[in-house]
Amino acid sequence: MPLDPSFVGRTYPPTDPYLVGREKIREFARAIGADDAAYHDPEAARAIGYADVVAPPTFPTVVTMAASRQVVADPALGMDYTRVVHGDQKFAYARPVVAGDALICVNTVEDITQRGGHDFLTIRTDVIDESGERVVTAWSKLVQRGEEKP
Amino acid sequence: MSDALETQTYRVTRADLVRYCGASGDFNVIHWSDRLATQVGLPGVIAHGMYTMALVGRAVTTWAGAPDAVVEYSVRFSRPVPVPDTDEGTEIVVSGVVKEVTDDGLTRISLTATCQGEKVLSLASATIRKR
Repeated sequence: MPLDPSFVGRTYPPTDPYLVGREKIREFARAIGADDAAYHDPEAARAIGYADVVAPPTFPTVVTMAASRQVVADPALGMDYTRVVHGDQKFAYARPVVAGDALICVNTVEDITQRGGHDFLTIRTDVIDESGERVVTAWSKLVQRGEEKP
Repeated sequence: MSDALETQTYRVTRADLVRYCGASGDFNVIHWSDRLATQVGLPGVIAHGMYTMALVGRAVTTWAGAPDAVVEYSVRFSRPVPVPDTDEGTEIVVSGVVKEVTDDGLTRISLTATCQGEKVLSLASATIRKR
């Protein structure tokens, strides 16, 4: 069944804060081979004006991907996650994520379209810190592939 | 910064994917099980799209010369990156071309990532702010 376009514009309740740990940033940076000192060494991060280690540009996916389950696992929307592939990804940054941040995600269904038998769902996730300041906005376009014809 | 940026090459092995599963929290079976990946029609285990995006992001911060320079970054995943279970794995080659330098200090870079000679991203670009 195609995804219900009436979900477009729907905003979900803010997620519980995700506390960004210094070791999580280091682990993520090591996993992608990013060795810039500011990802690993708090002193190096302070030297460029941050309170603690900063995260590489795609680190917010750790937080936003988990948060977007709110939408993709919403039984009312009825996505079949076994048929979902990642189509597009975009980030717009106000600042890098910094260890110690408590990040709250607000998911909004920005677009639902059908084309060529596939469903396309775009989720915008506004990531804000505890003071309510925007840190980064992420857009994920997910493709639910059409069901095999019997 | 010249128009064409220095090409960056990153090796990707199965061990890298396992490490990225843990670091990112994305344990989708298609990134670690050939058996389950082929069951859903893939040639075998493929890299996380977000892992490719992370490697291309490394190229961008390398070119920028700063870990916090990226203002905007977007990609379309146009082709999977198969990662064979060998010591060598595979390679992702990232190139970039400066498209625009604005008066307010922003540089827009068009990005290309290839694996085995095939483009794996389309519509990929980043905007960086020079310190």
